[in-house]
Amino acid sequence: MADLRTDFLGIKSPNPFWLASAPPTDKQYNVERAFKAGWGGVVWKTLGEDPAVVNVNGPRYGAVHSNDRRLIALNNIELITDRPLEVNLREIAEVKKKWPDRAMVVSLMVPCEERNWTTIVQRVAETGADGIELNFGCPHGMSERGMGSSVGQVPEYIEMVTRWCKAASRMPVIVKLTPNITDIRYPARAAKAGGADAVSLINTVSSIMSIDLDNFAPTPTIDGKGSHGGMCGPAVKPIALNMTAEIARDPMTRGLPISGIGGVTTWRDAAEFIALGCGTVQVCTAVMTYGFKIVEEMIDGLSRYMDEKGYRSIEDFRGLAVPNVTDWQFLNLNYVTKARIDQDLCIKCGRCHIACEDTSHQAITHMVDGVRHFEVIDEECVGCNLCVNVCPVENCITMEQLTEGIDPRTKRPIHPEYANWTTHPNNPAAVNKVAAE
Amino acid sequence: MSSVIENLAAVPASTDVAAGRLPASQYAENFADMHRPLTAHEALVESDRCYFCYDAPCQKACPTSIDIPLFIRKIGTGNVDGSAETIFSANILGGMCARVCPTETLCEEACVRNTAEDKPVRIGLLQRYATDHYMADHDTYGARKPATGKRVAVVGAGPAGLSCAHSLAAEGHDVTLFDARRKAGGLNEHGIATYKTVDDFAQSEVDFVLAIGGIALETGKALGRDLRLADLRRDFDAVFLGLGLQAVNALGLEGEGMLGVEDAVAWIEMLRQAPDKAMVPVGRRVVVIGGGMTAVDAAVQARKLGAEDVTMVYRRGREQMNASAYEQEVAQINGVKLVTWAEPRALHGANGIVTGVEFERTSIGLSGKLEGTGERFVIPCDQVMKAIGQLFVPGPVAGETAEAIALEKNRIRVDDEQRTSLTKVWAGGDCVLGGEDLTVVAVEHGKIAARSINAALGA
Repeated sequence: MADLRTDFLGIKSPNPFWLASAPPTDKQYNVERAFKAGWGGVVWKTLGEDPAVVNVNGPRYGAVHSNDRRLIALNNIELITDRPLEVNLREIAEVKKKWPDRAMVVSLMVPCEERNWTTIVQRVAETGADGIELNFGCPHGMSERGMGSSVGQVPEYIEMVTRWCKAASRMPVIVKLTPNITDIRYPARAAKAGGADAVSLINTVSSIMSIDLDNFAPTPTIDGKGSHGGMCGPAVKPIALNMTAEIARDPMTRGLPISGIGGVTTWRDAAEFIALGCGTVQVCTAVMTYGFKIVEEMIDGLSRYMDEKGYRSIEDFRGLAVPNVTDWQFLNLNYVTKARIDQDLCIKCGRCHIACEDTSHQAITHMVDGVRHFEVIDEECVGCNLCVNVCPVENCITMEQLTEGIDPRTKRPIHPEYANWTTHPNNPAAVNKVAAE
Repeated sequence: MSSVIENLAAVPASTDVAAGRLPASQYAENFADMHRPLTAHEALVESDRCYFCYDAPCQKACPTSIDIPLFIRKIGTGNVDGSAETIFSANILGGMCARVCPTETLCEEACVRNTAEDKPVRIGLLQRYATDHYMADHDTYGARKPATGKRVAVVGAGPAGLSCAHSLAAEGHDVTLFDARRKAGGLNEHGIATYKTVDDFAQSEVDFVLAIGGIALETGKALGRDLRLADLRRDFDAVFLGLGLQAVNALGLEGEGMLGVEDAVAWIEMLRQAPDKAMVPVGRRVVVIGGGMTAVDAAVQARKLGAEDVTMVYRRGREQMNASAYEQEVAQINGVKLVTWAEPRALHGANGIVTGVEFERTSIGLSGKLEGTGERFVIPCDQVMKAIGQLFVPGPVAGETAEAIALEKNRIRVDDEQRTSLTKVWAGGDCVLGGEDLTVVAVEHGKIAARSINAALGA
């Protein structure tokens, strides 16, 4: 049986599934319910200074749904905790005492002054919490007051605040990054330079979920107006994976511990973040959709996957995908594939044909000898994978590698050796040009 | 041996055909909508199942070529009226077709989802969702072009005639729509099972079609009785015949005139027109002879009226039945017994009242033809319903003048534009050769004829 226990910056938890700093971790009641359900740890919802912030009294959340109301993305305009600091600190201490085996990390956000940060960090240290997470991510509301993502968008501020916090206590410091930035490596490097023990990412993506076409206002609408929010949920996972990979493979931040966040809904999502180097994952939208019980599926699914693969601990497969994330310029241009349609699985919907015909390379038939038939024309197929993606039947269309002979499209021999753009004859900047396709 | 095979001697010699077999409250439930319409959410979810196929097989399977992927996609985006207009532009009776089409042998059979999961997109119900939505707050579909001053006679206000009249009116022609019956609608009004078209839908649809304007409806006018084809050809610029079928096949057995032997089509019509279903008499034990949709409609409705024992007997096997596998299932769910490979040989009766039907078992002989096996059995019953096909009675259009309409296989012969052998005369629906006894095919005939008439009138 796989061992899911994790040790992240010395913070131990029975499994890598933490709840992200968000409404589910706003108070003792919820957090204890989460721990009873089996969650390995929490990042307590962001604490600020008294007097506490106030939230809108209208809708805080918006969503993107599929036609069957599956929640594809959620956004929110909720601020940090709106409960008094003392209440939160007391509850944090109580919960940590009752649940010593669970990770208790506390998220923080105060004005960008050393004294403010030092004071709150020291107050948290007194609770016995395992660590702190600096919220440099929230893109709405608090950012208008010079906090949240408005700090996370300035690497110098990140480095400065991180340094203050490291100096203020012995607790590990996790810096939570905003994705609302051009290149995620800069804030990550700044966090590391400031002494951060880890980064966590991503926070929410700035978003307007929809426009009400009757009232001409963004949703959620508060008295006829709307404000951008922060988007999360399954739709943001690809963005999060890319940013995680960027940090994992950047020479300046390689090896920096990462807690992965962004659309984690199933064990599989979690495993993908771990494969990109994350030591833990944080979940929010999925529990806000289904409740805490989903952690049972995550624990079981991840264990079985690890057992099947022979991984005894998270460390056995953590980061295995990082070396395989590379730049486009290093992709093998001699790797030639063609789409193959399994006629036994094909249901003849024709989506592959029309996608290819209208928008790609006219490489799939729709009629052969007067019969509705979908088949790849190798002479035209560039191996782009669009047909695979639009086909509604799993594994009906697959990509097959041609390893020898002539590519029917280019009429050129297929070279077994690796060759990339850096040496391609068409590349004006290429050195040591070799004849790659 | 089957339990239906009993000794004739055990059958009482008095009729047991009666109305009001059920508690009054039961009728409304029994004759309610067989398929509950989709809710808005169900329609959204179902629309999401459509793959928006290229050159969609469902559209090709639809006799009226409704752009099914497009109308479903419009439902999915909340554009339900736009969806309905996509349907009506191809089939003005899209609302009725959504209810009565044997979708399981047309669009839904062609749906590619059958291949992967044996569960097609519920196209019929989606079509009903869109058309119901539209008809709830639109009086009609389409608008008339400027008047052309041309006049067209459409004879028969069934699906073919309604479709033809609507298309012609939209082109700006003035249409006079005749029907022999008191009410327009043809088989939609008189022939289809009640539970397929509740709430007087057939009449609502007639109103919807006629509301485009330019169509004068004249009911109670039968060709050959009140109208002469020669006069219509003289008085109108064009004539469309959507006459339907006027008679049913006889069993050819002695005693067909006995009390209790019914023509299923007439019986269904009586049931449809009965304001209170409790007033419709039905046998305690009913035998329906035939294997088509009329047979199923008669058998199921006999059960719904409270008949205790309804047996549908067909001379060939289930696979040869005109009723689809789905219709057969509907019959069975409603407690109808299906007996196959048996042909009626004699009607038994006493005092002029039918008491049973004697059948001979059949099989395909060495010659490849259907033949009797010699084994006979009797099904005792109080009522026999004949549903072995309908007949076209050409009298009014043949032999009236020297210019008789050419027939073929006892139906009106038409070309691919629905033109008959007579100039200025088009025909469509069940009365023409190639009619498939389906509402949707009749609608298409009317549409094609209207296009051809319009071209002829414009020339």
